Amino acid sequence: MMKLDPKIPAGPLETKWDRHRFSEKLVSPNNKRRITVIVVGTGLAGASAASTLGQLGYQVECFCFQDSPRRAHSIAAQGGINAAKNYQDDGDSVARLFYDTIKGGDFRSREANVYRLAQVSAQIIDQCVALGVPFAREYGGQLANRSFGGVQVSRTFYCRGQTGQQLLLGAYSALCWQIERGQVTMHPRTEMLDLIVIDGQARGIVVRDLVTGRVSIQTAHAVVLATGGYSNVYYLSTNASGSNVTATYRAWKQGAAFANPCFMQIHPTAIPPGDEHQAKLTLMSESLRNDGRLWVPKMAADHRPPGDIPAEERDYFLERRYPRFGNLAPRDIASRAVKTVCDEGHGVGPGGQGVYLDFADVIERQGQDVVHERYGNLFDMYNRITGEDAYHVPMRIYPAPHYTMGGLWVDYNLMSTIPGLFVIGEANFADHGANRLGASSLMQGLADGYFILPYTIGHYLATAKLVPVGEDHKESRAALQRVTGRISRLLNAKGRRPAASFHREVGKFLWDHCGMSRNRAGLERALRSIPALREEFWRTVVVPGSGEAFNQELEYAGRVADYLEFAELLCHDALHREESCGAHFREEHQTADGEPTRDDTCFAHVAAWEYREHAVPILHKEPLAFEFVQPTTRSYQ
Amino acid sequence: MNFTLKIWRQKSPDEKGRFVTYGAHDVGSGMSFLEMLDSVNQGLITKGEEPVAFEQDCREGICGSCSLVINGTPHGPDRGISTCQLYMRRFPDGAVITVEPWRARAFPIIKDLVVDRRALDRIMQAGGYISANTGGAVDGNVLLIGKDQAETAMDAASCIGCGACVAACKNASAMLFVAAKVSHLAILPQGKPERTHRVRAMLEAMDREGFGSCGNQYECEAVCPKSISVRFIANLNREYVRAGVVESGLPAEPESPHAESA
Repeated sequence: MMKLDPKIPAGPLETKWDRHRFSEKLVSPNNKRRITVIVVGTGLAGASAASTLGQLGYQVECFCFQDSPRRAHSIAAQGGINAAKNYQDDGDSVARLFYDTIKGGDFRSREANVYRLAQVSAQIIDQCVALGVPFAREYGGQLANRSFGGVQVSRTFYCRGQTGQQLLLGAYSALCWQIERGQVTMHPRTEMLDLIVIDGQARGIVVRDLVTGRVSIQTAHAVVLATGGYSNVYYLSTNASGSNVTATYRAWKQGAAFANPCFMQIHPTAIPPGDEHQAKLTLMSESLRNDGRLWVPKMAADHRPPGDIPAEERDYFLERRYPRFGNLAPRDIASRAVKTVCDEGHGVGPGGQGVYLDFADVIERQGQDVVHERYGNLFDMYNRITGEDAYHVPMRIYPAPHYTMGGLWVDYNLMSTIPGLFVIGEANFADHGANRLGASSLMQGLADGYFILPYTIGHYLATAKLVPVGEDHKESRAALQRVTGRISRLLNAKGRRPAASFHREVGKFLWDHCGMSRNRAGLERALRSIPALREEFWRTVVVPGSGEAFNQELEYAGRVADYLEFAELLCHDALHREESCGAHFREEHQTADGEPTRDDTCFAHVAAWEYREHAVPILHKEPLAFEFVQPTTRSYQ
Repeated sequence: MNFTLKIWRQKSPDEKGRFVTYGAHDVGSGMSFLEMLDSVNQGLITKGEEPVAFEQDCREGICGSCSLVINGTPHGPDRGISTCQLYMRRFPDGAVITVEPWRARAFPIIKDLVVDRRALDRIMQAGGYISANTGGAVDGNVLLIGKDQAETAMDAASCIGCGACVAACKNASAMLFVAAKVSHLAILPQGKPERTHRVRAMLEAMDREGFGSCGNQYECEAVCPKSISVRFIANLNREYVRAGVVESGLPAEPESPHAESA
């Protein structure tokens, strides 16, 4: 029977982390070099954790499927990173960042975790500056800030529109140093395909060398997963095409609880989908909503060019519905409003999947030069992709899956329900509740990797009883068998359908029934259809080539096979949560004017799912106690 | 639109490669170059044939994975973009398009259009970092960095590590890559304490990996998806000369305010 113990330290919120750190046991310096830690993933969380653990003296074995650790998907984050520095003296504080994050998450995250995140946020900026991250500066040489989605203070640090890239290159450079020092052994182009659990402890992983195809066992004293989110289960998302659920999903099947899988963030401003060959949705920075106005024609199915539609026949729907925040309403609210007007037939562009994001007013008010200076690169990008000039024709945008708040369940120490398996960054569920605020994913990834995990893993390593294990252990052999069995099953499937067609089909299904809004009938339909699709996959998929060589289609087919199982878990979770909160909108639970209704009596809990073979997963609940803040209705009207 | 593709196919590092011709049919002008290749590959997979191996990940020009030489030019005919940002409307209907991998001694081919770029990581490991432990960093505003200086550092730091500069250079030199990293860190005060060691270590690693030397032809700048300027190569050369002067014991420019007052 799985037990969820969040291990939240008692006492005042402000001192929980300090007291906890002091009560934790340390590993003596001499022992550290005898301890091996596996880190899977080299995004912000993985690279910062691996480098810091190396610096502390552990032997780190670090894995990524990309050809270089520098290419992990954190690199694509555009906007910025939040920190409670209060450099602008505009009323920011740790308490305010904490409160904004809890409220933004619609009161579905843990107070203690979020408070700690806000506390370490300031250190992150200092650490990144020390590593040479070229943050934007004011003329006087001080760090610059901008404001970002849904908050009233200016606390976002940035490097042009490439903040994720610069933060990742900072963490990557720290990793390079530790590789050079021999503390970290880097294994690029190596994919984790299973977890090895021995005597109830995570003791290793099974990996496949993507160049030679060799499958091997890597054992260690502890395993850290920093493998990111699973938005790609929807096929079309803003994620890189390699981002996948396999590592966390395989860990789930070995006994790690999966928490809140249905909490998936939709970003409102992506370029709308075009034809069926489209492989990804490109994000346009949220900052565009600072100056652009969203509208659709008031008349449904109005095919006139936008310039021919007079002002009085336009519906500026965000300004109408949310006069206080207008076009700057938080991501979940803006996305849903876009979907609503499109569903009502007012959408523009191919398939009616799009709304206008219009810059005509700001261009008239401040001139094209100002707009060019602010958003020139985004307008260029839009032009390159669509062939349209957004200075003269309004942009078209549509929401896209972007980030997953759900992930493997972890306690306050970032340890999963399997002792010795730690999960950090987007891969865990911990800090963002039901909705993540802009510029806070970078903050969380680096908080976990630089400042939290290196402490908490030490206590585990200092106190756990860890007997030596090797490749010959029967659990290691069994895990290896599972992996080789799956690979040969994929290669021996004698069908004609490429894996991508299944991926597209399950993604479309989820988008329709478990996307921006969900209802019982649709979710039940999805739960009936997914097993049939999965069965068809194994019967009719084709994977050309060999397993003992570089084979990208084999890698991909394995990930698709996992999506086809994981999709079911997503729907079970969405079905169980009979409320609307944050990014999760159940059509049955809304007010007369379409606002979500949250149910704190029945659903103020983390839903953690336990795997069972050939059966419906078991739901465990971690109640969320709010000792320090009072959950309120999240209104942006 | 329809296209004729001549694609480099090579089964493994040791086998000989060759161009194979494929047709790409019913291509929408709004499709990206990589989506066009995806659709060719889907056709191959359906027939049970091995698809063309190529690298890609973010598909928005920042991860640096994609790496195709299109009609002889790394990342294709447009400036300031990576392959994934190239769209088919850029080509005339019926065009014949050749697609090759990066070609450089330091980038051995793994399969088809995929090359091994770990040499760039090894150059970074030789010194492309600031040795700063986690924890104990001073407040970010203690170091005042002028806006212009920060912007110049950012210009250099925007390198995505794709290796197009190497692929475009007839000497297969990695000077622009090294220059970008050396300049980024040498411009910032945090990077100054290690600048002498860094420039030497990184250039030595570059030579060790089999990259050639700079021929001042500027092809690298022309194909760089981030338009990184060759001015940084000049800066790299200055850094290198400076390191030699410092090493020889001759007085060089002061390294810190304390040295200045002494």
